This record gives sequence, structure tokens and C-alpha cells, in this order.
Amino acid sequence: MIEVSNLTKRYAGRTAVNDISFTVARGEIVGLLGPNGAGKSTTMRVLSGFMPATSGTVRVGGLDVFHDSDEVRRRIGYMPENNPLYPDMRVREYLKYRARLKGLGWKKSRDRVQTVMEQCGLTDVGRRVIGQLSKGYKQRVGLADALVHDPELIILDEPTIGLDPHQIRTVRALIKSLAGKHTVLISTHILPEVEMMCGRVLIMLDGRVVASDTPENLQRRMAGGSQVIAEIAAPEADLRAAWENLAEVLQYDLTPCEGEFFRCALTPRDGKDLRPLVFALARQNGWALRELTRSRHSLEDIYVQVTKPATEEAE
Amino acid sequence: MSIFLTLFRRELGTFFFSITGYIIIAAVTALTGMSFVVLLQNLGNDPTTVPVTEMFYGTYYFWLIILLSTPLITMRLFALEKAAGTFETLMTTSVGDAQVVLAKFLAALFFYMVAWLPLLGCLFIVRHFTRQVAALDVHTVGGMYLGIFLIGCLFLSLGCFASSLTRSQMAAAMISFVLGVGLFSLGFLALALPASSETSTQVIAYFNLFNQMHDFARGVVDTRSVIFYVTTTFLFLFLTLRVVESRRWK
Repeated sequence: MIEVSNLTKRYAGRTAVNDISFTVARGEIVGLLGPNGAGKSTTMRVLSGFMPATSGTVRVGGLDVFHDSDEVRRRIGYMPENNPLYPDMRVREYLKYRARLKGLGWKKSRDRVQTVMEQCGLTDVGRRVIGQLSKGYKQRVGLADALVHDPELIILDEPTIGLDPHQIRTVRALIKSLAGKHTVLISTHILPEVEMMCGRVLIMLDGRVVASDTPENLQRRMAGGSQVIAEIAAPEADLRAAWENLAEVLQYDLTPCEGEFFRCALTPRDGKDLRPLVFALARQNGWALRELTRSRHSLEDIYVQVTKPATEEAE
Repeated sequence: MSIFLTLFRRELGTFFFSITGYIIIAAVTALTGMSFVVLLQNLGNDPTTVPVTEMFYGTYYFWLIILLSTPLITMRLFALEKAAGTFETLMTTSVGDAQVVLAKFLAALFFYMVAWLPLLGCLFIVRHFTRQVAALDVHTVGGMYLGIFLIGCLFLSLGCFASSLTRSQMAAAMISFVLGVGLFSLGFLALALPASSETSTQVIAYFNLFNQMHDFARGVVDTRSVIFYVTTTFLFLFLTLRVVESRRWK
């Protein structure tokens, strides 16, 4: 659905997007993740046909977004950053206006507006003035606008920013329901959102794509470094000796807990699962074992690790 | 075409469904009314055969209305959309750049002409009380409105251009005001310069908005000035279009 090859976008003296390439298949929900200023919004603006690329090509549905701009725009529903709306218009009036601008006929636009208003839960506020709506409702109006011409590709720039947890949940459910029928590209810097909604993640940093995979694969890739946490009641010297002698343990860290317990954080060599070994050891020595877990890297850890150099430089 | 009409209706809506639109109409009406009070006092003191329209245009109120109202009408057109970010949503639909520019300009022009309608009322009141039919006939009124229309086209297209340059409505209003006053002053310059055959003097004479309006107010339609207004309007609309397109330049 989307083919981006060697896309570069330079603003006066600053490179916002630097030679990125990626593809998105039809029906996928892809999350564009990255810190502020990583080039997410710029990429989306180029995709939506609002701005041309400095170099490289962007194709949507096989059509070049610059040369076949009209046809591409008809296939894209785009919600820009901060969800700009006309505060003086009423919800239904606005959606109808937008549908007409997107080339729908009079009757078609009326039907589609009705459909998207139901889909986005806006039927109760159809006659309200947009400027007086709560942020959650405004966001849904923006989404309804992106959906109104039933586009193949939906591009949402930070769709859940500034919403309360309940509203975020509603918006997420709505986006998730679009999977399969539409291709969706979402940008965000909220990690759980990506884990919940997206089939694939593109992590951007300084105008480049630094990682691209499913959330699960990214986690698996990181699992090599995952730690085992064991809370064991034993004399400290015995524990230290045990971990020193265990060849599979690369590193360990002991923290005394209440009573006789120690919290041991063990880093395995070669990504081996240490849990059976720890259990066997505890049984052998008759130690009391009250917790044994392997910490999985969340997307957050991956994200922090991938984007680390930039953060440190910035500091 | 239907997209253009949708845009045009929306633009008109923002004029007529907002308080600012009515404030502009009220201000224009107040200034028109004041100029007629002055005008009637003069008439009472000193009977004259000059048409009322010609006297009206000669008051400073007329130029005040033109110079002040056009920047206020046009400042919002592009600047507000750019500041609010709706320019992005607008330009990523199936609209063409030219459609947007033309719809905004024509809506502003329509609103501007509506704001001038109270003038007709003033003219009828004068006619009723002076009982002088000859002072006010269809041709002079028609000529005057044609003049108002053409001058409006020029100043509004200038305002469109100013608004497309910036994200700030204030800056847009100031730019179009300065450009408008500059154009207006050229007319003064033309008045001050002695008539000569030099090219520069003749070129400046074309910018003499005073004389051109004087002709219109007498009911004389000079094709030279019509062509002047139409071409300059097109020039500024073309420039506006180029500015709107400029975001697509690499």
C-alpha cells in the first residue's frame, strides 16, 4: 500500500527526514514511533501529499504522491498533528463539508457522514458547535473526518495526544476496528499504544528508521538480555558462591529484602533461561524460594535502548 | 464546480455567521451615514447640480471605508487557516489551489458588496428629501457601484495576497493596509505631478485612483481604468496562487 524509497526531506538548512525506506502492506496497522522531532510528522505530511519530498519517491497504492497527487489524496484520510478543525462549525455540518471537499456527491456524503458519525459515536453531538466540544469528542470528529470518504489508507498523526485514559481507550478501540479493511499508519510517542494497536512498529530517530518489526519480534530480539529475578532465603555468602560457580550466570546482583530473603537479579549468558537451574539449586540446598520470574523487555526498554544515544547527546 | 461552490459557501458562512462580519458591516454603514450627514449639510448651505454620488466619493469617508474595510475582510482568509492548521486538512482533500484562492476571493468580494448596500439606502433618502430626480439617476449610481466593485476587486486581491504570506492575521492586515495606502498615495503623486508626456508620469497617471473613481461617480465608464483594475486584480490573485502553490516547490 505504501512504498517509501530513499525519502529525504530538507527544510531550510535542516534535514528532517534522512533517506528512509519502508513499505506497508494493505490492511496493516503500523505505528510510527519516535521522540519529538524525529521526523514522524514530516514523513506523514509528505505521504499525505501536503509537501513534496526533497528527494526519493513515495508511492501509495502504486501511485506517486507528487505526480498523481489528486488520485492519491482521494485514497488517503489524513488527520494532522493537533487535529485542526473549524471551531465555528457544527459537527454534522463540518463532516458534510469535508465529505463534499473530498469529492463525494450530495447523497453519498449524507450517507457517509451518517455512517462515520455512528462509527465514531458522534450521533448525540451532531448539532453541537465543534468549538464547544470536549477534547475527546473533537478528536473523534477529526477521526470521522479522516474516515468520511472511506479511504484505503488512513494516516493519523498522534491521534490520542491530550486525551484522558477513558477517551484514549475509546479512540484506540476505534482505530483497532479499522484493521483489515483499511491500512492505518499512526504516529505516537506513547508506547503501550503501539503494543496494543499495531501489527508493526517503525522506530524513527533523527530522521532515520532505526528499527522495523512486530512488537513481539522486537521483544524477542531483546530477550537475550532479559534478567531472571529470584528471591531466596539463604546466607549471603552461600548465594554469592552459588552464582559465582554457575557458568550460565554472566552477572548477578544481590539486594537484601526483609527477613532472610535476598533479591537476586541474574543476567544469563547467551540468553539461556536460568529458571530451572535456580530452582534446582534451591531444592538442592534446601533454600526457601518465594519468587522466580524472568523479566521481559517491554517495548519501552527497546525504545529507550534504540533511542538512547540521542537522548544522551541532548543532555 | 461543486467543490468550488462548497468552498465558496463555507467562506461566505464564516463572514455571515461571525460577529466580526457584522461589525465590519456596521462600521461601513456608520461611516457611510456620517459622510451623508456631512454631505447633506453642505447641500443645505449651497445648492448644486453635481450628482450626489460624485459628492460622496469626494469625501474622505469613502476612501477611509475602502482602505480600512478591505484589510479587515481579507486578513483572515489564509492567515487564520495557516495558524489553526486547517490549511493542511484543506489542502489534503481533492481541492485545487486555484479553487481555494478563487473561492476565498469571491466570498470576500461578495461580502464587501453586501457591506456597501446601505449606501443605496442613503442615496434614496437624499433623493426623497431633495426631490431632485436629476441629481441621482441609474447611470451615476450604476457607475458608482461599478467603481466600488472594481476598486474592491483590486484591494481585496491585494488583501488575499497579504494574507497568504503570513500566519498572523495582524501582520496580514498591516501588510495589505500598507500596500493599499501605498497604491492610494500613488494617486496623490499623480495629482501632484504636472501633466507631461514623460513615460513615468503617464504610467503613474494610470494609478490615479481618484480620477478613475471620479469618472465612475459621474457615470462615465472608461475602459482604460476598467482594464487597469481587472489586470491588477488578476496580478495579485496570480501572486496569491503562487504563494499557495509554493509549499509544493522542492
